[in-house]
Order: sequence, then C-alpha cells, then structure tokens
Amino acid sequence: MTVREIQPILDATVYCEGTSFDAAVKTACGSDMMSDVLAYVKDQSVLLTGLLNSQAVRTAEMMDMLCIVFVRGKCPDESIVQLAQERGIAVMSTRYPMFAACGRLYENGLKGGENTDV
Amino acid sequence: MSDTIRLEYEVPGDDFTRAGEASSDVKRLLKKLGVAPGAVRRVAIALYEGEINLAIHGGGGQIVVEVSPEEVSMVLSDQGPGIPNIELAMQEGWSTAPDSVRNLGFGAGMGLPNMKRNADEMTIESEVGVGTTVRMTVRVA
Ligand SMILES: Nc1ncnc2c1ncn2[C@@H]1O[C@H](COP(=O)(O)OP(=O)(O)OP(=O)(O)O)[C@@H](O)[C@H]1O
Ligand SMILES: [Mg+2]
Repeated sequence: MTVREIQPILDATVYCEGTSFDAAVKTACGSDMMSDVLAYVKDQSVLLTGLLNSQAVRTAEMMDMLCIVFVRGKCPDESIVQLAQERGIAVMSTRYPMFAACGRLYENGLKGGENTDV
Repeated sequence: MSDTIRLEYEVPGDDFTRAGEASSDVKRLLKKLGVAPGAVRRVAIALYEGEINLAIHGGGGQIVVEVSPEEVSMVLSDQGPGIPNIELAMQEGWSTAPDSVRNLGFGAGMGLPNMKRNADEMTIESEVGVGTTVRMTVRVA
C-alpha cells in the first residue's frame, strides 16, 4: 500500500501530501500516547492518533514516519498542517474511530510492527 | 577540535507547542552531515524525550549539543524542581506527570528509560530545588 492509497480506505480528508505520498508503507501504529510511540514503535511509517497537537507531528518526525492520520473526525489546524508539510509528512483526517480505522488498514494489508504493536 | 559543531538552544517552559524544535533542528543537521540513519534516529528520540522533560518537568531549560565525527554529545539542564529519587525516576512507568500532561500525549514514565536505551551513555545529576542536568552520548562512527 502507498500513503496515497490510505485515503480511500479511510474515506479520509488529505490536508497535505508530504514528500512520500507514493512511497510504499508496510506497517502502522495507533496510539494517543506519544510516550508509547517513542518507546515501543520500531519502523512503522504511519501514525494513527486521536491526539491533536504539534507533538504528534514532532513524534512522527523523530520516528521517520511518512503519514499521520487523525481519527474520530479530528481536524488539524493550520499550524499542525504547516509543521507537517515543512517536515514532509502527509496529514489526513478520518471520521472513523481508532479501532475501525486501524481495522480497515489491517484488512487491506497494513500490519503492526513485529512484536512491537501498540 | 575544529571539526566539532556546537549548538545551543533555549527550551521554553511555558510553550509546550514549541518543545521539540531543538531536537528537530539537530536531527536535520545530522541528516545533512550524512550521519547513519540509525544513529540519527537514536539521537532524535533521546534528545526529544529530554526536551519534552525540560518543558514539562523542568520549567524550561538549556540544551547544548556537540557533534564530532565520532559522537554526538548532549547536555540538557534546567533550574527546575529537581528529581528526589533518580533510581525511581529511571523505572519504566514511574511518573509524577499530572493528567493535564497525559492529555498532551505524555506522562507514561517512559522517557528516561527510553533515553537510556537510545543513548550509549547517560548520566543524571539532580538536586531538589536547584535543577537537573542530563548528559547523553550517542556514538556515530
Ligand atoms: N528535568 C526534570 N526535572 C524534574 N523532574 C524530572 C525531570 N525529568 C524527569 N523528571 C521526573 O522523572 C519522572 C520520570 O520521567 P520520564 O521522562 O521517564 O517520564 P515522564 O516524563 O513522566 O513521562 P513520559 O516521558 O513517558 O512522557 C517524571 O515524571 C518526573 O517526576
Ligand atoms: Mg518524559
């Protein structure tokens, strides 16, 4: 799956494409706790989160992630989108709640990390 | 040493949205210098965890980073409340962060142990009522 292909699966709104919209992604993680993402996540390239602040973008940046999906219909404000854009990270928003959003991506072939699922 | 780059940052204690700017800056510089991606990631994670701690526990503070061809050394200092029991603070899951911090996505008590895991060396000096200094080194060569 590519970052671009996430959009129709989650019926998502794309706020910015970042610099890797056509890059392949194999794994994702879902968490509202950035502490956990920083401590447990290995090489996941997509972050699904209900946490709507600049630290979600910062965390994705530190972890070399390519895409952030805000769940439960949360809409990022301009400063969040701009920060992500500057760092080349795609930003989307989906109305699906966390579990459903993760389930849809999983069904379509995206996996969690090997024994580091969060 | 002429091929050592020194970077200094002031981390505000009252603006959580800005925490992470220093780590982001350092990460981009290391990438540009061609440092191995694994080492860049370890520096980024360790420094970012430390920067967040400065902002939420230390009331703001200072970061000094020195980049040499062999290693990245990081010193994070604050003049905050200090850590009464460092051994306890180093335990996974131990946190004094209030719910307001957890609502921001932090405060799981994972930061310090994660810094230790990602750094090759780490020391903490702290005095209650005076402040805290965390030193970390990541070898890059
Ligand atoms: N600079 C500091 N000044 C004062 N206390 C600190 C400082 N850094 C850490 N602490 C104390 O050590 C505890 C553990 O820190 P640690 O970074 O491991 O977890 P946390 O910051 O509470 O949560 P997390 O890092 O998972 O978001 C903190 O809750 C706090 O009590
Ligand atoms: Mg912490």
